[in-house]
Amino acid sequence: MPFDHDTVVAFSKSFGLFYLIAMSIGVLVYACWPSNRDTFQRAADEAIEDSEDRPWN
Amino acid sequence: MIAQLTRDERALAIVITGALATIGLAMAAGGRNDLMGSHGWIVLLLAGAVLIALMRGYDGPDPDPERLSRYYDDPTKVGVFLTLTWGVVGMAFGVWVAALLAWPDLTFDAGWASFGRIRPAHTSGVIFGFGGNALIATSFHVLQRTTRARLPDQLSPWFVLLGYNLFCVLAATGYFMGMTQSREYAEPEWYADIWLVIVWVVYFAIYLRTLARRTEPHIYVANWYYMAFILVVAILHIVNNLAVPVSLFGAKSYSLFSGVQDAMTQWWYGHNAVAFFLTAGFLGMMYYYLPKRAGRPIFSYRLSIISFWGITFMYMWAGSHHLHYTALPHWVQTLGMAFSVVLLVPSWASAANALLTLNGAWHKVRDDAVLRFMMLAAIFYGLTTFEGSFMAIRPVNALSHYTDWTVGHVHAGALGWVAMITFGSLYALVPWIWKRPGLYSRRLVEVHFWLALSGTIVYVFAMWNSGIIQGLMWRTYNESGTLTYSFIDSLVAMHPYYIARTLGGTLFLLGALCAAYNIFMTVRMRVPAPDDAISDAPASRPQLQAGE
Amino acid sequence: MLGWHRKIERNAIGLVLGIIGVASIGGIVEIAPLFTIGATVETVSDMRVYTPLEVAGRNIYMREGCYACHSQMIRTLRDEVERYGPYSLAVESQYDHPHLWGSKRTGPDLARLGNKYSDTWHVTHLYNPRDVVPESKMPAYRWLLRDTARIDDLGAHLAALRAVGVPYTDEMIANASADAFGQANPDSSEAGGVSERYGAGTNVRLFDGDAERLTEMDALVAYLQILGGLTDVARTADLAQED
Repeated sequence: MPFDHDTVVAFSKSFGLFYLIAMSIGVLVYACWPSNRDTFQRAADEAIEDSEDRPWN
Repeated sequence: MIAQLTRDERALAIVITGALATIGLAMAAGGRNDLMGSHGWIVLLLAGAVLIALMRGYDGPDPDPERLSRYYDDPTKVGVFLTLTWGVVGMAFGVWVAALLAWPDLTFDAGWASFGRIRPAHTSGVIFGFGGNALIATSFHVLQRTTRARLPDQLSPWFVLLGYNLFCVLAATGYFMGMTQSREYAEPEWYADIWLVIVWVVYFAIYLRTLARRTEPHIYVANWYYMAFILVVAILHIVNNLAVPVSLFGAKSYSLFSGVQDAMTQWWYGHNAVAFFLTAGFLGMMYYYLPKRAGRPIFSYRLSIISFWGITFMYMWAGSHHLHYTALPHWVQTLGMAFSVVLLVPSWASAANALLTLNGAWHKVRDDAVLRFMMLAAIFYGLTTFEGSFMAIRPVNALSHYTDWTVGHVHAGALGWVAMITFGSLYALVPWIWKRPGLYSRRLVEVHFWLALSGTIVYVFAMWNSGIIQGLMWRTYNESGTLTYSFIDSLVAMHPYYIARTLGGTLFLLGALCAAYNIFMTVRMRVPAPDDAISDAPASRPQLQAGE
Repeated sequence: MLGWHRKIERNAIGLVLGIIGVASIGGIVEIAPLFTIGATVETVSDMRVYTPLEVAGRNIYMREGCYACHSQMIRTLRDEVERYGPYSLAVESQYDHPHLWGSKRTGPDLARLGNKYSDTWHVTHLYNPRDVVPESKMPAYRWLLRDTARIDDLGAHLAALRAVGVPYTDEMIANASADAFGQANPDSSEAGGVSERYGAGTNVRLFDGDAERLTEMDALVAYLQILGGLTDVARTADLAQED
């Protein structure tokens, strides 16, 4: 297969779309994975907690 | 400052500033017949001053080991003042630049004061000086609080903060003298660009080293945005500034790319500077300070993650919408337009997430102007991203491009989003890190809020009007099928709007002055917060065993 | 405990790699094909490079930030073609390191400004725009007539441009300073070499009207007068515009 402008353009046009779909699925699965719920909840809660203002270690 | 460094760090700092001063001397000597020479003197002077201070403080006692049980906020404190200083200076230049368009003779026959040279001083002053310092200062604060870990050492944060400001000084002074690559928002010449890369690598290392010392596996989402800001800005900066200098001791360089490739690279950079400098970084700021100030966790943490990846992925495609109907291949324009439109989804998800976090705290928004700054920022973020997606549509762009509409759009984002979230965050941050019971004057924050809001609205409406009138006049045909207006007709029609925009900018500048005064007086207040506000109790987590 | 610490590291590095991977793909897919575009962009036989004096003028154009208010890119729209001339082609900015397409028209587009006005008009206009266009908002660039243009280092500039891909010959580089002088002094002995090396159509004129000195005005006007004139392809080709 010749590697010319059209090849590169065709790759760009198709690959970008597949990449977008794969990435969207990956992100949605990660964000909605049930066992991640607690981690996220704790992260959101701890960010606003200000009982002490010093490092933990 | 120097007393906080360990002996080893002081020695290393002397080596670094000594090397920098030597480079400055070499630039001054080698570039004596070139504009670079004056930059050599600036580097030599600044590095020399720091070097002398370091040598005088070298013999002081080692810092108290107790410091390791506290966060390291001194760089953030200095960063707050640098932010305010650059903000006031950069906005003042903005008012001047605006006035020049209404009264062009305000250049006073001095090259450095002409529109083309002080306009980059304004844009770099507010984007890099004000915005960049705000990002560095708040990122150090947020990073430590969300990882519950102290910055890895005392030296590298100062290197990043001061080194970055050296870059800003080289940029601004360079424009006045006529040193520019002419790439919008990437104007500084090659050696300043190389210096920024060095600073940026250390900045990134601080992030990784601090994250490595955290005790919680999950990284809070604000840090994701800050990291995307640091990483992607590095990629953009390096690729867009590839150039060949004319000589080692000359300021001038020629870009590696030319014509259409160069235009695409430049606007890939330009648009993503908006995305990762002015959006991702400030979203990081928002995701920490807004929930914290409102006392409510972020509405949907999941949504913040989804929109993070959406923004990180899709912004990178959008740059070509700056080149609609140009010699850029058509398919690249179409791709840029499509992604710009889809980009609205993660953008509005972020804006909605911010506003829904405030749901249930509206009484606080009513009473607390600081929180109101943050709310307004989220609203302007939503409005501006909608407008941006709209303007990226080819036929709309046919009208809006090259006109003041673009300028209005940018300022809706810069004044309404970036500056508002920055001021809101600074007002929240300052009493916390200086351990003050509150700000010096809450009324002055109210005054600032209304000055900022009215200034933004006056400015943006003026530019909307002038931009659309301009765009329409350029394409109006009369009955005989020829163009109705000459170019100069459209310029004359702009005059009242150029005066209005100067007024809007002045209002915004007055607000920034209020902020600088208020924060300065807050820091000067000698009323420490009651001790029990910051717990002195031992850390609640068990100490980690050595060797972990 | 070691495993737990490793997980922390892995999360941070994973995030970094994720950001780089996700963010770079858009740029790569859009920009990479532009570098293979050479095969599809028109090759133009009459395309010439900028003369040394024009390079010096172009650098002054950049130094003064002219690109902040003037575009050099006529879009494929009917009103733009009628107002400014044939729309810009990619090949016309082939040797523009960097491009100066611009993003804002506070003043008009300049892509086809060359030889539209006389040298005298340009000199008067740059000296004080309001002398010729009373409503103009442009700054007065009086220092251009005061300051001598620097031409002694133009050979190095041409060499740097050659390094990034502009086809300057050794002869052009060796004679850069002399050619710059000659182009602004038609009666001098150096003038002949300019048209010899850069083509008979090159503007060799007393741009600022003053034979005594080679001013920055000479250089800038020489540059402005070549805008759109490096090739004739846009005027001769049969081009359809979209709207």
